[in-house]
Amino acid sequence: MSREWPLWEVFIRGQHGMSHRHVGSLHAADAEHAVKNARDVYTRRNEGISIWVVEATQITASSPTEKGPMYDPARDKVYRHPTFYPIPDDVGKM
Amino acid sequence: MDALFEFLLRQGDNALVLGHRMSEWCGVAPALEEDIALANTALDLIGQTQLWLAYAAEVEGKDRSANDLAFRREVYDFKNLLMLEVPNEDFGRTLLRQFFFDAFQVPWLDALKASSDQRVADIAEKSHKEALYHLDRSAETVIALGDGTEHSNQKMQAALAYLWPYSGEMFVDDDTDHAMQAAAVAPLPSTMHAAWQKTVSATLSEAILTVPTDPFAHKGGRTGFRHTEHLGHMLATMQNLQRAYPDATW
Repeated sequence: MSREWPLWEVFIRGQHGMSHRHVGSLHAADAEHAVKNARDVYTRRNEGISIWVVEATQITASSPTEKGPMYDPARDKVYRHPTFYPIPDDVGKM
Repeated sequence: MDALFEFLLRQGDNALVLGHRMSEWCGVAPALEEDIALANTALDLIGQTQLWLAYAAEVEGKDRSANDLAFRREVYDFKNLLMLEVPNEDFGRTLLRQFFFDAFQVPWLDALKASSDQRVADIAEKSHKEALYHLDRSAETVIALGDGTEHSNQKMQAALAYLWPYSGEMFVDDDTDHAMQAAAVAPLPSTMHAAWQKTVSATLSEAILTVPTDPFAHKGGRTGFRHTEHLGHMLATMQNLQRAYPDATW
């Protein structure tokens, strides 16, 4: 058994933030402990009002070696960007 | 000595001495995350110190500042609890001491929010929130270490045996306390004992630690009558800069 605490990824929602953003990672014994550590490590300067933590091993990530097949096909599909539609002014900020 | 001044010194010195002890972990704590957490706690306590001692200096009215009170008083002028000045020894004992103090501060500061003295109430209002988090954290760590490995349990039990005789000093009322109660500035410290006992019993039992039964209690710190030999060493470090370079600015 490893003597190291497991690694946790930390997500913080800021004062005016709409969503939680990944801010970094830390070590902690369990989830509760990870929230406290996140509070102490990542919100010291009034950065956040909500914290999520997830154990790093629970994250399934795409493989960097599959970059080509995964992302290249989207590169020349400019028509997928909604830039060809005029947006009326009175719609306001989208 | 003016009772209010004495009372404010006690509040400020408790926060200052414990804050300094906690700061001694900066850079050497067992994990980076704990290092930062302990430094945060230390900074909260030093922040509380500034508020208490600034008000103490005003009440004294002898043109001294919070800094003068912190860095230019001698051992016997300090009014902190003895428990707070003894060395950290190890991480477990440091956190157990913090827990004992937090378990007192939470009901104490909560009560001070209703103080007849508005400045005291304001300082308590701000500090109470910090104390609630400190207690949450220290209690959790005490449980994790007590109910950890056989080795960590033994170390915590040893820490408990060492610190327990110092815990009684928190609840001894004296003339200053009675004067503060009469002026509705603060309740008697002894009235905090039931709440403290409740928090401590619940946490220690969850931490599988056996509470000592010896009623002996060290005292003398908060009256300034008798400090341990450790405070002088601590102040020598803490006050060195102001002693060597009086009024240094940067």
